[in-house]
Amino acid sequence: MNRIMTKQFNRRSFVVGSSAAGAGLALGFDLPFGPKAARAQEVFRAADGSPEVDAWVVIRPDETVVIRIARSEMGQGTLTGLAQLVAEELNADWSKVTTEFPTPGANVARKRVWGDFGTGGSRGIRESHEYVRKGGATARMMLIQAAANSWNVPAAECTAANGVVTHKSGETVTYGKVAEAAAKLEPPKDVPLKDPKTWTIAGRPLKRLDTMPKITGQPIFGIDTRQPNMLYAAISACPTFGGKVASFDAAKVSDMRGVKKVVQVGDNAVAVVADSWWRAKKALEAMPITWDGGENAKVSSASIAQFLKEGLDAEEAFVGNKSGDAKGALAGAAKVVETVYSYPYQNHAPMEPMNATAVYTQDKCEVWCSTQNGEAALAVAAEASGLKVSQCDVHKTFLGGGFGRRGQSDYVRQVVTIAKEVPGTPVKLLWSREEDMTHCFYHPITQCKMRAGFDANNNLIALHMRISGQSILATVLPSRMVNGMDPVTFQGLGAKGPEGEFGYNVPNLLIDHAMRNPSVPAGFWRGVNTNHNAIYVETFMDQLAHEIGEDPLAFRLKYLKPKHAAVLKATAEKAGYGQPAPKGVYRGIAQIMGFGSYVAACAEVSVTDGRVKIIRIVGGTNSGHAVNPEQIARQVEGSFVYGLSAMLYGECTVRGGAIEQRNFDTYQVMRIDEMPKVEAVVMPDYEFWGGVGEPTIAVAAPAVLNAIAAATGKRITKFPLKDNDLTAA
Amino acid sequence: MIALSVNGKSYNVDVESDTPLLWVLRDTIGLTGTKYGCGIAQCGACTVHINGVATRSCQVPVGTIGSKSVSTIESLAQNGKLHPVQQAWLELDVPQCGYCQSGMIMAAVSLLKDNPKPTDDDIDAAMSNICRCGTYQRIRAAIHAAAGKA
Repeated sequence: MNRIMTKQFNRRSFVVGSSAAGAGLALGFDLPFGPKAARAQEVFRAADGSPEVDAWVVIRPDETVVIRIARSEMGQGTLTGLAQLVAEELNADWSKVTTEFPTPGANVARKRVWGDFGTGGSRGIRESHEYVRKGGATARMMLIQAAANSWNVPAAECTAANGVVTHKSGETVTYGKVAEAAAKLEPPKDVPLKDPKTWTIAGRPLKRLDTMPKITGQPIFGIDTRQPNMLYAAISACPTFGGKVASFDAAKVSDMRGVKKVVQVGDNAVAVVADSWWRAKKALEAMPITWDGGENAKVSSASIAQFLKEGLDAEEAFVGNKSGDAKGALAGAAKVVETVYSYPYQNHAPMEPMNATAVYTQDKCEVWCSTQNGEAALAVAAEASGLKVSQCDVHKTFLGGGFGRRGQSDYVRQVVTIAKEVPGTPVKLLWSREEDMTHCFYHPITQCKMRAGFDANNNLIALHMRISGQSILATVLPSRMVNGMDPVTFQGLGAKGPEGEFGYNVPNLLIDHAMRNPSVPAGFWRGVNTNHNAIYVETFMDQLAHEIGEDPLAFRLKYLKPKHAAVLKATAEKAGYGQPAPKGVYRGIAQIMGFGSYVAACAEVSVTDGRVKIIRIVGGTNSGHAVNPEQIARQVEGSFVYGLSAMLYGECTVRGGAIEQRNFDTYQVMRIDEMPKVEAVVMPDYEFWGGVGEPTIAVAAPAVLNAIAAATGKRITKFPLKDNDLTAA
Repeated sequence: MIALSVNGKSYNVDVESDTPLLWVLRDTIGLTGTKYGCGIAQCGACTVHINGVATRSCQVPVGTIGSKSVSTIESLAQNGKLHPVQQAWLELDVPQCGYCQSGMIMAAVSLLKDNPKPTDDDIDAAMSNICRCGTYQRIRAAIHAAAGKA
């Protein structure tokens, strides 16, 4: 993995510039030969000299097929799924397939031939399936053409299967033998793709390609990076967000064993560089540092709650979805139901704490790190080093969890800043778990007021959903905001579109957002805004059904759009909804559309003396296409654990403008003893391409909450659950 | 210098005696399969065997180990053959991100040594490691699959 691509003929000179600020790289090109003249004989090679048939496919003489994976692998299985898509169109022998990550620097140098490296929003497969499949199909056509040329026959008389080209005469040749010739051919222009219903590699529950190194302790994560003469850095940033370093006393620790240097990093952090991380950390803890928290030091959970509460009834709000006249209809409704909710800050807490390794010289900067956004990491490395993008590169490793946290490159900026202070010496920066817990881009904090109106015949005629709280884009991607509005806030609540359409037909509907941005930074957190949006909508819908004495499934089906309804019905049926649950067991359901997919859950719980036991959850997914149904099942299982950890325990509280929870003792997560039996229903309809890693996370919590309400009569409105008393009143 | 036996090999390490075993393994010896997750024995990512007992190495000062033998994830497969627990992990494709799995596997090996046929309750009690990807269901299945073979 992580080999740097080398080019046999350096005919073109590229002038590459960086937008520096974020994910996008603005590129300028100088192509002296022009694209057509340059292509024909230009062969790119992998580090071992094997030819690229095209950018996605390298075939070694021993028939190994190396498939390039641009997206990051953080457990979600995209690496295997993308390889299946390429191998499918390539007609490869799957047993010969291996993968490698091209570097972001190589991507920039080659006109972004591998497209987007960003890995978030469950986009890895749904936004690249077409061009990676074309990459596989193009290579297959070139390999067939090369074989045909060698036999002096028309390509149309040849077919390819399992890595072997066969002529109608019966003559055969393996891919490895014609790869070199194929790589020199002009790529075909017209590249038809297979009908997914005919797939034999994609669409099947194949084993992951990355299991072996993960069960034998191989050094595959960013934190495992080791370089000759490497030093280690421990860092502490101002606990109060927006605060600064006031002073520190480096002299107090500079004589401690192994300490090499004390470095101020930006205006808000101090790092100790030593010959081992433990020595760096001990020195950091021994060093007197004073912080200037500024105005934000007054911010607390209580002050944030008050700030958001004011937004629940504010006049001004961004409108995300509107039809009819919700406020007017509510005013005239025969019956109005209202519930107010609140959802806290949460940390991603990936098991691998933030870290990165960098080596800087005056003309080069290299970084090794676990990142969900290799190109943003590259841009940040260039900016922090003061070098050109073409002088920098980032070597992507496997991620020990990402969950959205590693889309940010703050730790890359830090490590490069530190590496500049020790030119020529590699430095590994590792955050302690305490640093990680207190310097996150947290799940945004929100409150919500739901109001529904029924007519005299118990028809739902009006719904007003008012969200008050934090915008993720305002913190991390302000350039994506639209006239001050954050459209991502309305995930799963939109009027239409492929990303996340609100499922219910309500004649008078208003969904709006009073933006309130506290000083604690918000970020993308697996499931993002669908987490709280699904809780608000789906627990409220359950309450509405209860208020008018209807079954929660039947009530929902009266208003749900067809695709939303289909997955909910199928999920409920699989769970045995409608048949009596075992004694003491209660069921709850939920659905949402998020990240392009339709998902639902049916949970079974028991509640004894206020203690909840989640027994079983059936999770349904229609992601349009299912590239690897077993990996989808794993994502359903895993997302439920992530979503239920958040619902049960996830809460970061604020005091002095800083986060109070510092480790897993005070930020608890689910463990194996709380794991319910999860059954995944994968039901692709082949009509669209939806995401998989995130959508189902959002339905776990509301399904369980609705089951708890069925068991206890109590509707939880303040999260997490641990802050509530479920013992009988 | 502190003398240490890791995976059957002797080392002399030039570190302070209060240095946690975890960091000696990872940074001094270079065995990075054992992971740092929390540093307070909450998550179990750093689980190794000390005299065969599953132990969270982030809380073990290296100076307290003496002549006891330490074994890590890197020692489980022998002569290119996976340990039965690793084999079960492979067959059920347990890992997602994989970061916690070294510790999970070391904890499972220890459990099966003490209790060759654990019940679900036994697994719940013994396997308190954290996995943020949520692979618990497959960990449980893999332990049952390896039961009696380890």
